Parts: sequence; structure tokens; C-alpha cells
Amino acid sequence: MDVAAALDRLAPRLSPAATGAKNAHRLSGGASLETWAFDLDDGTPLILRRRPDGALPRDTALPLASEAALIRAANAAGAPTPSVVRVCEPGDGLGEAYVMRRLEGETLGRRIVRDEAFADVRPGLARRCGEVLARIHAIPTQGSPPLATSDARGELARYEGLYRQMGAQRPILEAAFRWLESIAPPPPERPVLVHGDFRNGNLMIHPQRGLIGVLDWELAHLGDPAEDLGWMCVNSWRFGEWRKPVGGFGDYADLLAGHGGDISLERVQFWQALGSLKWGVMCLMMYQSFAAGADRSIERAMIGRRTSETEIDLVALMEAA
Amino acid sequence: MISHPTAAELSEAIATFDAQPAASGDARHAFLARVADNARATVAREVELGARLEAEAIDRLRALLAQDGGLAALNAALCEALRRGEVSPRDPAVLAHLRATAIGQIRIDQPTYGGLEALLAGD
Repeated sequence: MDVAAALDRLAPRLSPAATGAKNAHRLSGGASLETWAFDLDDGTPLILRRRPDGALPRDTALPLASEAALIRAANAAGAPTPSVVRVCEPGDGLGEAYVMRRLEGETLGRRIVRDEAFADVRPGLARRCGEVLARIHAIPTQGSPPLATSDARGELARYEGLYRQMGAQRPILEAAFRWLESIAPPPPERPVLVHGDFRNGNLMIHPQRGLIGVLDWELAHLGDPAEDLGWMCVNSWRFGEWRKPVGGFGDYADLLAGHGGDISLERVQFWQALGSLKWGVMCLMMYQSFAAGADRSIERAMIGRRTSETEIDLVALMEAA
Repeated sequence: MISHPTAAELSEAIATFDAQPAASGDARHAFLARVADNARATVAREVELGARLEAEAIDRLRALLAQDGGLAALNAALCEALRRGEVSPRDPAVLAHLRATAIGQIRIDQPTYGGLEALLAGD
């Protein structure tokens, strides 16, 4: 498919002042979804997200129309998101796709936690993340697109199943499954909308304005609000700044206060540990695609060696418990 | 050491990458070249540290499980005992073994990972 040509034809339907599109180029990353940046000839900077031809959604991933609907709902609830310009129709010739405004900022965690350019916004960022998550968690769920519901025990069982399927023998992961099973909190009384992948990499940070966009709603579901807070605190997204548990830039107290003080630190740290365990299993699964011959790239092989980073984090959490 | 991928698999993936023609200015190729360099460093650390760490792990596992065997068999036995609940993840002796294993593996895989410093800071 010629995406650039399809975008050029679509341009007049994206903005009344536009007659064409230019500078279309695919951004790196995203194996299950393509992301393209392009500009309309009236100067509007846009992003296209589309499912590659013939690709099937991952079992837990949302259809793109649902993702777009959630972004619109989050935006209406006061959470920062890119604004959705168009959910593509079959006649648009782009397959399953939507178009949104392009935000100017940084998603790379390494820069956000270290670069001088972000020094002014870092101190307020953990609290802001808590506030934004509170808005997301307050979005009314009746009328939302169909979403799966999950809880702590369900997630543990799902990831243990994936781990067993691989036949891997990692004692630390074995221990972590049993430990987390023994302390898993009951489901919340009322499941809320959970973003599902709220972390460095999916947050657009502006050097002066801070968090200006929550991206990548593909894994949104209904569940425990503490899941989003805990995922944000997984050490793998701190980029070396391990003393700052919230994304490498902030403290638990600020995150919890930003959310409204309604969630216990203990519950967040449970989900943080489960997050490390999930990421460890995901690293092994990506290595499996190398071992099975599906993707023989050095990148796929090396991700398997990141499993041990989750193991050392899990040992630290088990020792502290 | 037990690892996914093994050093042999890493070496094979490095050789495959090195055999590919380099397109100049190709951002993807430049990224993979950095990953390949990291993989070479990982393999070198494994050559240097792997045998000693494996011998230490075997000694710990023999004491912990009160049985003999090679690393793969002992490791599998510990996994099985944890899965069945025959040993507890809260058992200090088990936790001490897991801690030593994690430190050994991260020293091969990612010696600069912040989690190593964090764990040692807890001492």
C-alpha cells in the first residue's frame, strides 16, 4: 500500500484548508502497529496510526476505532491527549487507521529523566501523572467501547500461563508468581478505565509544559486503578534513575497525592512488582520469537537478556516485603 | 549460567548481523549495530565470568536442595519445588540463592543496570 499517496488524497477531509499531504514518513518502533508522521499543505502536523495490511490485533489489543474513541473520551475528561482528527473509513484506502494531531515534545525516557532541558518540569511530573491518571480513572465506562476486565489474580494467571507455555526455568520468576499470588489484592469494588501502558515512552513530555499527551491506548481495559500507578513505577522505565521510583523523575508520595490519596502505597507496589514480572515474561516471549526462528534479529535475541533486570528488581522487592 | 538466549545463540545472531551489508545512513542498521556491540560485550563478560558463577550456583543449589546434579537439573528441581510450594519464596536460604543468582546474571547481562546498585544499596 502507498500510504503517502492515500494520505495525500485524504488531506481535504482532514482540514478544510488542505489540498494535499507531504513529508509522510514511518516512525520507528511499533511492530504491531504502524505510526506515520506527515504534514498537510496548510501546515497542520499530523500522525497516522494504522494496522499493517494483513496484521491481526494482539489478543489483548483494542481495535483502532476503540482506541480513538477512548482518546476522545479522555480528552473530554480533561486528560491531555492528542486530538483525534479522523477515524478512517474503508473509502479512505488506509485500512484500519486513525489520524490525530502531532504533539511537539519528547517521549524518550532517557532524555526525560536526565536532560537539562526537562529539569524544570521533572519536579512536578510525578504529581501531574497522578492527577492525569485520576482523570482517566474517572472516565464514565458506560458507553465506552467494549473492554476486557482484569484483576490482579487474573493477570497473574494469564502471565503464568504464558511463562509455562515457553517452558522457561527461571527460579526468580517462579518465586515471584507464588509470592504475588499470596499477597494479591482483591478486585476493586468498581473497576475503572485503566490505560494499561502508562509509562515513559508513551507519555509526551514538553520541556516547559510537562505532560501534554498520553499516547498508545492499545492496552486499555477495565480494572484496578493501582495497576496504572504501579506500572509507572517499574524500575525498567527509570533509565538508571532508580532512586526516583516514579518514572525515574519522582516519588511515590507525589504520585499518590496527585491521584487524590485514594490508593495505598502497598497496593501500588504490588502492581509494580507484578509489572516487573510481566515485563520479564514479555522479554522471554520476545526472545522466543528469535529462538523459534520467527525473527532472527540481534535485537530480538538481546531482549531476552533483559529478563535478568526484572529478576534483580523482583529479588529486591521480595527482600523488602 | 542459564540464560535466554545462550551465549552461542547470541554469537550466532552477531555473526548473522555482521554478514549483512551495511547501508550507510540507515538508522535501523545503526541501531542494530549498537545492539550487536552490546551483544559482543555480553558474550565477552559471559566468557570471563560464566564458569565461576555457574560453579557457585551449583554449590548453592546442592546445599539448598540436598541433592546432586548439574546446573540444569538442579535449577529445574528448584523451579519445580517453588511451583509446588515445597519451598517458600520467603525462605531466607532460598532468597539468598535467588539474590546471588540475580547479581551474577546481571553482571553478565547489564552490569550498569540501576537495579544492581539498588539491591546492593539495601545491604
